[in-house]
Amino acid sequence: MVQSLQELFARRDLLYMIAWREIRIRYKQSVMGFMWAILLPAVIVSAGIIVRYGMSVMSGKPISGQEIAGITVKGLVWAFFAGSLRFSSTSLIGNPNLVTKIYMPREIFPLASILSQLLDFGVAAGIVLIVFIGARLGASWQLLWVPVLLFITIALATGWALILSAACLFFRDVKYLVEVIITFAIFITPVFYDVEMFKKWADLLMLNPLAPLIEGFNSTIVYGRSPDLPWLAYSSIIAFVSLVLGFYLFKRWEPSFAESI
Amino acid sequence: MAADIVLQVSNVSKKFVRGEIHDSLRDLIPAMAARLSGRSRPSNAKKDFWALQNVSFELTRGEAFGIIGSNGAGKSTILKLITGIMKPTSGHITVTGKLSALIEVGAGFHPDLTGRENIYLNGTILGMKKAEIDRKFDAIVEFSGLADFIDTPVKRYSTGMYARLGFSVAAHVDPDILIVDEVLSVGDVVFQNRCLERMNTILRSGATVIFVSHNLRAIAELCPRSILLEHGKVTAAGPSQLVMDTYLEHAGAESRQITAKEVGITRVKVRRSNADSVAYESGEKIWVDVDVDCKGPCEPFSVVLFLNDEKQYESFHTSTEYLGCQPIAMKPGDRFSCTFELDLNLAGGTFYLGVELFRFNNEELLHVMYPAQTIFVNTLTEVRGVVNPHPKVTAFELVRPAEPTKEAIKR
Repeated sequence: MVQSLQELFARRDLLYMIAWREIRIRYKQSVMGFMWAILLPAVIVSAGIIVRYGMSVMSGKPISGQEIAGITVKGLVWAFFAGSLRFSSTSLIGNPNLVTKIYMPREIFPLASILSQLLDFGVAAGIVLIVFIGARLGASWQLLWVPVLLFITIALATGWALILSAACLFFRDVKYLVEVIITFAIFITPVFYDVEMFKKWADLLMLNPLAPLIEGFNSTIVYGRSPDLPWLAYSSIIAFVSLVLGFYLFKRWEPSFAESI
Repeated sequence: MAADIVLQVSNVSKKFVRGEIHDSLRDLIPAMAARLSGRSRPSNAKKDFWALQNVSFELTRGEAFGIIGSNGAGKSTILKLITGIMKPTSGHITVTGKLSALIEVGAGFHPDLTGRENIYLNGTILGMKKAEIDRKFDAIVEFSGLADFIDTPVKRYSTGMYARLGFSVAAHVDPDILIVDEVLSVGDVVFQNRCLERMNTILRSGATVIFVSHNLRAIAELCPRSILLEHGKVTAAGPSQLVMDTYLEHAGAESRQITAKEVGITRVKVRRSNADSVAYESGEKIWVDVDVDCKGPCEPFSVVLFLNDEKQYESFHTSTEYLGCQPIAMKPGDRFSCTFELDLNLAGGTFYLGVELFRFNNEELLHVMYPAQTIFVNTLTEVRGVVNPHPKVTAFELVRPAEPTKEAIKR
């Protein structure tokens, strides 16, 4: 395992290059170019605002600016996480030539997908940041949690991405399964709603390891409150275990990639 | 072990499992359920296919080494094992130093990116650092001769240009061990010569070169020592000339008939547009029909067509895969047929046509029919050798300085 990590580190240039290729092609092939980076998050955020507006009409409570800000933050994180899984799961089967003809640490492909999604996320987050500053949303020391939360989110996405990319290579129908699960997972992830709304059932929703992270982003950025620490610890453990297990399984399966693709 | 051994392959075997490989959950879950309930008993023994068996050899620093073998002998498999793309089933491979393979030139090129971008991309894939590519960039562009097109997306390149750019990048990697797998057949003659020169330079700089081919002449020119692979086993090793003699002897003796198991060629017919024949004029267009029957479950394969001359030298080979067709996936009971069209630009003589069913993925030869048909080629004008480039004499003029005339002498 240590040896594999050393090898991966030695080929980090390649990781950047493959990520750069993915970004470059995506922006080259479409007229919209960088608009892609904000299209998907924009759609998710708009959908969330519509849903919340509907809820506020039903309950008679007017929708607050903070709620809209919260949906924006959550929508961005969700778009990054879902995009990472979606693109990384097909990253190996999308490069059959490189997998069968040339030797390289293959985990570079899913990692590059995540890296390229991270760039899109950065672009969208930059725009949101400008809007938030314009809207004079207050800052607090709790913002220091953001890099930690982001790091755990990336670790969780990477762990799952490694397993899914290999699973898609061995079983062709896994990629459809991934699509279906991502589409429906938004219902069990607190993107359009907050877990607090569910009172005594809130803990059940927090079992989704992404939920404490998304709620964490929301409370630190929008409300200036610290994240729910026990639940954050729970997510961190799941993320760490996923990452280690994902890397271990990926490396174990890697020798048969070239024969199975 | 001597310090100068850079590659050691000891007792390497590679097994491919074929047959019931489930590549979707839709197939796997019912199969597992059936197995759990004990309704079906897996019988894996006969589904194994050994692509390589107990292969051993060593290379010392600075050596040029050839690997000879016909299709399906396991050449590509041994290369994939050496480069680390696959792992051997048993045995060990020890590589000392940086290894670079020209197996697939231009792998990782993306059609939408420009030549410049692809040089960086491909160079990094082949193991160069960015600073190293920066340094060598001009040399790579100059070597490829594509300076004018370097900012054009490679999808606008011709096949030749594509291969030239790919080779140019690969040739500048500076490896300790270079593996070359019949890529020299790309590009025009000038470029091919430049490639050979470059390989010689790499050799002189102290690198080790492994050259894999069934082009015997190329091996003879470059490599003093080689091994012969046949059906996954090393059947001869030593000085290239001796190894080649063995190869030719075997190719002549054994008619390379493999009995059809799951799939078999049922018919090979060579014909003109209207009638079949065995005697053709050089330059004539001919068609080769191949029919294949499937009796048992098999994995996708391609049809290989080759032609050998009287001395069993290969005149050419091609395949449905090279010509851009998808591998053929057949189910028991299916029939498949395909037709190759050829311009018979051969010199006069006797040629033997062979057809193979070949699985490129794991180099498995499913069925060979050789010689499937003997072809006699007549030339209107006499051309000797293997090919008929339809030579003509378009200028024929003797110029002699005018002999001094008698008047001139008198004067």
